[in-house]
Amino acid sequence: MTTVHIPFLQTGTLAVGGRLLEDEERSVQSQADRPSSLTKGHRACQGCAEALAARWVMDTAVEAADDKLIVANATGCLEVFSTLYPESAWKPPWIHSVFANAAAVATGIAASLHAQGRDDIRVLAQGGDGGTVDIGLAAVSGMFERNDDVLYVCYDNQGYMNTGVQRSSATPTSARTATTPAVGCQPGAPVGQGKSMPKIAMAHEIPYVATATVADLRDLEHKVRTAMSIHGARYLHVLVPCPLGWGASSAESIRLSRAAVQSGIFPVIESRAGELTDVQPIRQRMDVEEYLRPQARFAHLFKPGGEDALDRWRAMAERNIRHYDLLGERS
Amino acid sequence: MREVLEGSQAVARTVARCRPGVVCAYPISPQTHIVEALSVMARTGELADCEYVNVESEFSAMSVAIGASAAGSRAYTATASQGLLYMSEAVFNAAGMGLPIVMTVANRAIGAPINIWNDHSDAMALRDSGWLQLYAADNQEAADLHVTAFAIAEELEIPAMVCMDGFVLTHATDVLELPTQEQIDAFLPGYEPKQVLDVLHPTTIGTMAGPESFTETKYLQHLRFLDAADVIQRWSDRFHDTFGREAGGLVARYDAHTFDRDREAPGANAEDIVVVAMGSVLGTLQAALPELRAEGIPVRLLGVSSFRPFPGGALRDALGDSRHVVVIDRALELGSGGVLTGCVGRALAGTRSRIHSVVAGLGGRPILEESLRDVIRRAHSRDLPTLEFMDLKAGGIPRPPVGATEVAR
Amino acid sequence: MTGHDAPPTHGLSTGPATSLAYHTGTWRTERPVYVELSPPCSLACPSGEDIRGWLGSTQEGAPGFEAAWRRLVSANPFPAVMGRICYHPCQASCNRGELDEEVGINAVERFLGDTALAEGWELPAPTTETGRRVLVVGSGPAGLSAAYQLRMLGHSVLVREAAGEPGGMMRYGIPAYRLPREVLAQEISRIERTGVVIECEAPVTDLDAAQREFDAVVLTMGAGVAHHVDIPAGAASKIVDAIDVLRDVASGRPPLVGRRVAVYGGGNTAMDAARTARRLGAQDAVVVYRRTQEQMPAHPTELQDAIGEGVRVQWLSTISQVEGQTLTIERMELDEEGRPHGTGEFEELDADTVMLAVGQDADLTLLENVPDIHVSDGVVQVDPTTLMTGRDGVFAAGDVSPGSRTATYAIGRGARAAKAVDAYLAARVIPAEPAPREATYDRMTSWYYSDAPKQHRGELEAARRVTGFEEVLTGLDAEHAVFEARRCMSCGSCFECDNCFGMCPDDAIRKLGPGMRYEIDYDYCKGCGICAEECPCGAIDMIPEVK
Ligand SMILES: Cc1cc2nc3c(=O)[nH]c(=O)nc-3n(C[C@H](O)[C@H](O)[C@H](O)COP(=O)(O)OP(=O)(O)OC[C@H]3O[C@@H](n4cnc5c(N)ncnc54)[C@H](O)[C@@H]3O)c2cc1C
Ligand SMILES: Cc1ncc(C[n+]2csc(CCOP(=O)(O)OP(=O)(O)O)c2C)c(N)n1
Ligand code: SF4
Ligand code: SF4
Ligand SMILES: [Mg+2]
Repeated sequence: MTTVHIPFLQTGTLAVGGRLLEDEERSVQSQADRPSSLTKGHRACQGCAEALAARWVMDTAVEAADDKLIVANATGCLEVFSTLYPESAWKPPWIHSVFANAAAVATGIAASLHAQGRDDIRVLAQGGDGGTVDIGLAAVSGMFERNDDVLYVCYDNQGYMNTGVQRSSATPTSARTATTPAVGCQPGAPVGQGKSMPKIAMAHEIPYVATATVADLRDLEHKVRTAMSIHGARYLHVLVPCPLGWGASSAESIRLSRAAVQSGIFPVIESRAGELTDVQPIRQRMDVEEYLRPQARFAHLFKPGGEDALDRWRAMAERNIRHYDLLGERS
Repeated sequence: MREVLEGSQAVARTVARCRPGVVCAYPISPQTHIVEALSVMARTGELADCEYVNVESEFSAMSVAIGASAAGSRAYTATASQGLLYMSEAVFNAAGMGLPIVMTVANRAIGAPINIWNDHSDAMALRDSGWLQLYAADNQEAADLHVTAFAIAEELEIPAMVCMDGFVLTHATDVLELPTQEQIDAFLPGYEPKQVLDVLHPTTIGTMAGPESFTETKYLQHLRFLDAADVIQRWSDRFHDTFGREAGGLVARYDAHTFDRDREAPGANAEDIVVVAMGSVLGTLQAALPELRAEGIPVRLLGVSSFRPFPGGALRDALGDSRHVVVIDRALELGSGGVLTGCVGRALAGTRSRIHSVVAGLGGRPILEESLRDVIRRAHSRDLPTLEFMDLKAGGIPRPPVGATEVAR
Repeated sequence: MTGHDAPPTHGLSTGPATSLAYHTGTWRTERPVYVELSPPCSLACPSGEDIRGWLGSTQEGAPGFEAAWRRLVSANPFPAVMGRICYHPCQASCNRGELDEEVGINAVERFLGDTALAEGWELPAPTTETGRRVLVVGSGPAGLSAAYQLRMLGHSVLVREAAGEPGGMMRYGIPAYRLPREVLAQEISRIERTGVVIECEAPVTDLDAAQREFDAVVLTMGAGVAHHVDIPAGAASKIVDAIDVLRDVASGRPPLVGRRVAVYGGGNTAMDAARTARRLGAQDAVVVYRRTQEQMPAHPTELQDAIGEGVRVQWLSTISQVEGQTLTIERMELDEEGRPHGTGEFEELDADTVMLAVGQDADLTLLENVPDIHVSDGVVQVDPTTLMTGRDGVFAAGDVSPGSRTATYAIGRGARAAKAVDAYLAARVIPAEPAPREATYDRMTSWYYSDAPKQHRGELEAARRVTGFEEVLTGLDAEHAVFEARRCMSCGSCFECDNCFGMCPDDAIRKLGPGMRYEIDYDYCKGCGICAEECPCGAIDMIPEVK
């Protein structure tokens, strides 16, 4: 999947860098003078993968755009923890308007730049899953449908975290949130609800849709770079564990992302014009338990009565593995 | 060049001559003719160097305008009624962020019950959104106001609504003289944003403020709003000097006898009843009031041109010694009275004025000259209550056919 | 205007990167610290090589080879030799074994050793001359290691060797098909070029005289005398000591062994003897061993290689009698403790020659009249830290002293003895070494290491092997050696993979440049622990913050 070709160097493409790499083989994040577009002093929780992913995405985008990048941000943790007046942790020009309109604000910026003849300046919009999948969906969909020249990045931590961990339509089944408590006969987020934003994006047949996680930096950078090489509407969906909302240790954010991918729960894909063009195969098959067990939001799955829910998770993983051929059995 | 034009066309052409960089809109009656005309001009190239964005909602229309304005473009949109409410979160946000967007509001009632006809309740609902609200009395003013609106908004970095009565103005045809492209180019400075998303000088726009700075931030915005009165007056004066006709300003004064608009008209006298109104009803009043004068009723007419900022000082000046005011109100604060009346009352607090609120023309109900005269006569004879619903039907509302409510249940 | 001049953006907008004013480091309850732990390979290496270090230099490819070799020879001056004959306990402990297969450390060592010989790299010259004189008795690996290290410390070293050529068992025991003699000779003469003087055919017979002549003496006489067992044997039987056969072969006097050879014993010498017998023309070479395969002291690879060359092994068997060409073999069985006992069942086996390989003893004639040097269990007893014998200024290392009888152990002990001698000559005490903290596999995040199978060294085809003393194992080429080196996970030592730097959500780690590693910016580090968790090699500890 990751097309950066790296000779065998002890750690291959999975680590951030490596002292043996040539300069041109280096990831953006491994450069001592990387942009650090989201810099220190922000107030994200310890171990927040949203903060991490945002820097990764932005740094790559900034490099790809030759420092000419403007960012529109939806309301949410990312916005709140980065811009508490009079401080801002952002380096690129950045604007926050309201919760639901990041995509539309970005469209406005892109339209303005186009009118000014400044198509060299690129536009990135970003928001949480709530700001994308739920309240912002109309604006995102409109931006997609018009094929506006915007890269939209959704940091999916599977809930409304900024407001204290409530359910969003990206919250997975049986997860405990403040509005889907672990009580009743179907504890946690209801079965059979929720929606897949990458699929929705693909249905718009926009030039580029991809998913990524913080477990694979190279893949993520590659996707941002690919997205930046295309004009028109592009969508990147990044899974970002939230230690607070998921009830996991702050040190485990990357480990959990890895487990999500390797268990088949989170397919890492690429699509062009609505066609699925690439799938990252599972490297080391893991059981869904490796993903679920460290998260307090799933603690009830491991108590008596949680078996059905656990089975459902296994079935979900199996389905993804089959559907996306994650074990490479068909190819 | 004088020409016969529909109000919407006049506004669209004038806006185009103000050279906006981005126009975005979502259709809603009675704004549609304006944005249709602009989209055509964008397509034909008449509207050059401008992006016309067909957005999927008013919320996005305002959001696109926010982005465009922050990126350094002169941004324009238009809406009405439900559309204005639908975008309201972004409307407040644009003002809070100091983005000088200009928006035409083709004033229309707000549902439920849904109603596409004219009154002022849409703009009034957003009276505290932090936008300037400039009201047009007729289509000439509606067109002209857009020129000054851009100038004022951009000088102040406060967005401006130009309010024109839906259908009554937007769909009415008049003989008009639009400012030419050359005139506007000479009159309206180019947009030079004071804050802009600039890759060479990056800024962070739209931070979060805590209790330690929020009050002060609002206070500064308040001061800026106070500044706005002078700026509005200055641009209005300049327009008058340049084009030889009135456009906007804070209040509109009228001659005591001809009821023609006259900026030099003296303040009212102590015995005068002053009728205060906004928008196209001023034209109706210009036609209706001479007859009362002839009857010997000492009536004067005063228009509110700038509803936000509310021109308390200019209003008091124009009232002169009169303490008897009849406010024709096109929007209702339920359980209280007219919205404009409330503002007038606040401006006259402590002056021992007698103020009547006459709620008229809601949801497109025609405002008849005779009804207006009747109200003033009763004010003169002291039998007008403080709150009057003009032409309220004695029979009330027609009832649904028998059984319908049962079925609905 | 009404006199205020605040910009409209006041309270709303701000400059980029102004968050630097806010120090999130105060949130921390635990702090990450970089640590340098000992890898299991080095801990298991009796020579005490910095394996991780020299593998690290090898990873850089050709430009790093010489640096790698220099790091290696600082502990062991025999990489080409040891790259061939070492039983590499390092590899058995290598953490990579838990992931796929252990790193082929030994093969890389040989590659570096051979490269150095081909390139003519020289050992460093001593930087000082102390003027002190040290005598080393014996030129086996222990003696030469001690001599080399003493020389590096600036002492004058004389090695006296009883045999005709230096090298000890490396020269006269280990067969040439495992250790070509020219390789050994080159590595020895390179040591000589540092100033070490080796006198051959110069047995030391008088310790007191030696002590008068030298400031210190290191005894490394090895264990070159065959151990004997009593087997009732007829006069016509041909029973020889395996060690003597090997010595004769090594001296260019290959003996006649006949078509059928039985080797008695289960150690490495037995294996070498059996394999040598095959090369000397024996069609059938049978190893007779009292116990089971699991209990066999020979290194598993030695057994494998022997079997690969057609050597047979008769487990749980003793030779109870030799009569002419007929051996009587008693079947054995193990008791609960795993000790073999005779079963009273016998069988016969034909053999032209019986080679005894039941162990070696030290030749301690030199110490016969030296009462203050204590000998027990057949070896010279020494102080475990200083390796000094009971006599002041006399040290002992290698097979002549206690411990494992391998070349690598001999080299390690020789080096230790050198250090001790140096301290003794300067009247210093050797400082106590802190107990090493091991980089255990559970600290590592092996996910990050590329999937990479071990590069096995090519072996000569078995049929070709038994016909001569050609070297059996070939070396790795540069490409494969680099590949193999890069399989090293750098357990417990930062190898600059950039994970911590790249994965800190708070941008609180500074990268200091090539070779300089990283620095944590505690003003901003919130202590989330991601860096420690994702460090592939476990080089970061999280320690509680003391407020
Ligand atoms: C057949 C065989 C195969 C082996 N294979 C391996 C292997 O593959 N890998 C491995 O690691 N180990 C192997 N070993 C073990 C290894 O060779 C020894 O452990 C190692 O050589 C011991 O080193 P040393 O210096 O202590 O003694 P030695 O190598 O035995 O050297 C002692 C030297 O001292 C000399 N000497 C003795 N007395 C005097 C004196 N009085 N004056 C002067 N000189 C004297 C001797 O002549 C000899 O040269 C093998 C051993 C044998 C016998
Ligand atoms: C219109 C509106 N509704 C609700 C909110 C309250 N709100 C702010 S952030 C947020 C949740 C954000 O969730 P998400 O977009 O997933 O981002 P996260 O904080 O999880 O990163 C909510 C509900 C708001 N600011 N505006
Ligand atoms: S609540 Fe979750 S998403 Fe928000 S800052 Fe904390 S860890 Fe990040
Ligand atoms: S992986 Fe490298 S450092 Fe770790 S034990 Fe093996 S050789 Fe030693
Ligand atoms: Mg979220």
